[in-house]
Amino acid sequence: MSNEANIHGHAEVITHHEVHHDEHHVHHHKETFITKYIFSQDHKTIGKQFLITGIIWAIIGGLFSVLFRLQLGFPEQTFPILETFFGKWAKGGVIQPEFYYALVTIHGTVLVFFVLTAGLSGTFANLLIPLQIGARDMASPFLNMLSYWFFFIASVIMFASLFVHTGPASGGWTVYPPLSALHQAGDGSKIGMDLWLVSMAMFIVSSLLGGLNYIATILNMRTKGMSMTRMPLTMWAILFTAILGVLSFPVLLSGAILLLFDRNLGTSFYLSDIYIAGQILPNEGGSAILFQHLFWFLGHPEVYIILLPAMGMVSEILSVNSRKPIFGYMAMVGSLFAIAILAFLVWAHHMFVTGLNPFLGAFFVLLTLLIAVPSAIKVFNWITTLWRGNIRFTPATLFAIGFVSLFISGGLTGLFLGNSTIDIHLHDTKFVVAHFHIVMGVASMFGMFAGIYHWFPKMFGRFLNHTLGYIHFWVTIIGAYLIFWPMHYEGLAGVPRRYLDLRDWHAFNKFDDLNKMITVVSIIVFAMQLMFVFNFFYSIFKGRKVRTSNPWGSNTLEWTTPINPGHGNWPGEIPEVHRWAYDYGKDGREFIPQTEPVGPNETKEH
Amino acid sequence: MTTTFIILILLLGFLITFQIAKASEYVSVMRGEEKSRKQNNRINAFLLLTFLVLGLIGVYYCNERLGGKILQFGSSASNHGIDVDNMMYITLVITAIVFFITQIALFWFAYKYQESDKRKAYYYPHNNKLEVIWTAIPAIVLTVMVGFGLYYWFRITGEAPKDAMVVEVTGSQFKWEFRYPGKDKVLGKKFYKAIDEGANNPLGQLWDDPANHDDIYVTGEDMHLVVNKPVKLVINAKDVIHDVGLSHFRLKMDAVPGTPTTMWFTPIKTTAQMKKENNDPDFVYELSCDQMCGQGHFKMRGTIVVESQEEFDLWMAKQKPKYYLAFPDKDPNAPKTDTTTTKIAAIMPQ
Repeated sequence: MSNEANIHGHAEVITHHEVHHDEHHVHHHKETFITKYIFSQDHKTIGKQFLITGIIWAIIGGLFSVLFRLQLGFPEQTFPILETFFGKWAKGGVIQPEFYYALVTIHGTVLVFFVLTAGLSGTFANLLIPLQIGARDMASPFLNMLSYWFFFIASVIMFASLFVHTGPASGGWTVYPPLSALHQAGDGSKIGMDLWLVSMAMFIVSSLLGGLNYIATILNMRTKGMSMTRMPLTMWAILFTAILGVLSFPVLLSGAILLLFDRNLGTSFYLSDIYIAGQILPNEGGSAILFQHLFWFLGHPEVYIILLPAMGMVSEILSVNSRKPIFGYMAMVGSLFAIAILAFLVWAHHMFVTGLNPFLGAFFVLLTLLIAVPSAIKVFNWITTLWRGNIRFTPATLFAIGFVSLFISGGLTGLFLGNSTIDIHLHDTKFVVAHFHIVMGVASMFGMFAGIYHWFPKMFGRFLNHTLGYIHFWVTIIGAYLIFWPMHYEGLAGVPRRYLDLRDWHAFNKFDDLNKMITVVSIIVFAMQLMFVFNFFYSIFKGRKVRTSNPWGSNTLEWTTPINPGHGNWPGEIPEVHRWAYDYGKDGREFIPQTEPVGPNETKEH
Repeated sequence: MTTTFIILILLLGFLITFQIAKASEYVSVMRGEEKSRKQNNRINAFLLLTFLVLGLIGVYYCNERLGGKILQFGSSASNHGIDVDNMMYITLVITAIVFFITQIALFWFAYKYQESDKRKAYYYPHNNKLEVIWTAIPAIVLTVMVGFGLYYWFRITGEAPKDAMVVEVTGSQFKWEFRYPGKDKVLGKKFYKAIDEGANNPLGQLWDDPANHDDIYVTGEDMHLVVNKPVKLVINAKDVIHDVGLSHFRLKMDAVPGTPTTMWFTPIKTTAQMKKENNDPDFVYELSCDQMCGQGHFKMRGTIVVESQEEFDLWMAKQKPKYYLAFPDKDPNAPKTDTTTTKIAAIMPQ
């Protein structure tokens, strides 16, 4: 069987083996509009629900960043249009401090949790797990559905908090008490903060339901022959992501609930010795720092919850489009594992300047910098995957390459911040903002975009418009670097983050031009993302149709399903797997799908 | 007007781009998808290389433009700051090397190994030797960085010298208050429930403690420090978490309500010296709040003067302990008549 299939060639490789299966039927029961599109238990539909909700939140969160960038770039200017829309929050067309802080807080919360956690792993875990391991659906489709709807409830509550009289939470996305615990501390610490906490609690429930399901499905429902080491790296990444989430989100939940108690029931978990707004509070014996420990015990794994799925997808996409196996599969799995373990042991590097015991701090420095080792392995392996490949630059490939570039840039600045000596100086400056936006924010968005461009054909049976995809990529990567690269210099000048106006400061007030430039670029980049969203929705209905079931010439199982798979994924039996997912370019063949048995004369090694 | 204009332009750009994109899709169908796909491949490969070159030029240009505006490495105004600067320098050199090697390799390989009919991808699933090399090298380099880092870290966070002067810094929404221990060199005890701003006791000093009687309280003006004399800051917050950020000294420490923290350093340059060094007659050491503390966070500014011992003593001599303001009758220097006049003045509307 010659398999010189180019990407638009035929690759019908569904081979029917005599595999024993449980009595899984393709679901033939009647589906109404509601069961098919709203309360659907089909993992593919749930994935799309996560994605579209995530996109809506990304637009809101992105818009907020444009608004506060207006203030940062043009602090002396008035924008009457803002008063038209936001009333007292932008009195006289000037963004008020309370409004500014609400914007940054919601921007951070929404992007970190709703977009890059739910929108990213919610989408791709749901979509890909059953398709790539060869299962008809998740272990529990019902829990899976609940996972989305808890996210939906969280979204509704968070959205509602934007409209309360005193505004949404505005103490930063990290909501450190006592600022977030005391009503007297500011408008953003009133009802908006309670709604924030309740919304987060719902979100955590959603994330746990989803995570448990992902783990159960990956461990138990792999098709025949799909041993763990034959899984695509996306699966490994999602498995580790889910484990991280299941072990760390409950800690945030407890932190949030204790904070709710402190706010409303008079407890003193985080409060002690407080004199605020002319009032002496009775609370004694609590510790404000305790919350930071609880928060960052989730908060740090959280950045890997965001990053790992992106890493997994990038590995897969780079390999498919280089027409080469991923270099060092076991090292890739091992480094994911190392990152997942270390993710739990570094949380206090966010707290070097809280008065943390310096001796304890030393361990966190060591463990933090250690993460650079598995990260370096991954980077070198991605680069080696490209080496001597035959690379096809689909928009997904470009975004994957962009991810690697951003991950390098942002990862290296992590070596500054993870070192407590330097962190004393750079902590909470713009340097931190630049660092985490590049390495976790933009890089993960790139991973997400790569995933969307790559699996859109599987989701909707159509392609996204590639020309727009290319423009999207180039504007976004150039914009991202223009925005965040020079921002490091602001941090090196000591400019603190969350300062909306630098004009009163002698040392910091010298970046007028830079801030204007960053604002203008961020508006352009935001407009470009809107164009991507347009492309997304337009292509769902009008995009170029996918005509072959395996448009990228990929080995993995999702491309053995029909172009528009129904609930149950495979019309016949679930295919059996005979090899790992990365036999690209082996023995002179462009690709060998996982379903193809190992031939008698095949090279042994993988 | 301008806003509408900008929105219109954006919309127009939007439409045009979309039309072009749509048209290109049709063209590609007509020309043969395979052919146009290959053309796109070449264009994007070329763009990746261009991006690399322009990006590297951009990195250089950015440094030219902004490099002069940062706090220069080695220019720190404190002893600990010099350590921080050294560590930054070491880290910068190492990360810069890695940055250039990996970014250049990434984009160069992407360009060089773009799809070509002449080439077949090289089946290269793993090489344990390579893996070991690029696990070991980063590990060794990181050990060096951790080693230096911890050496400096313990120097910076170690015990303050015995002869260090002590200044207490208290943050609250949105101001800084300073307290000096006075002649006895001991800060008097305080308790937050004793805070009474009306009775001249903004910090909650316990007047039973005689150590409080000579403590000097200052707010709304400079914090005074002595050059080349170690200073230990005792840091408190009254309401929410603040942070004492001293960018010129390269230091930072949170102010946490209920949990006092400390930080020590030796200022090595007076304000006058910094004015001369930076060629800036308006230079002033600034104390910024670096932990989000509410809507006035970005304005929570304090200033610091570093001066000679003589200047400091002169200034200190002019200060009056808060105790005497709270209990004017206890003030040995205040003549009785004076207090009565002030009292009358306070009662009489002017």
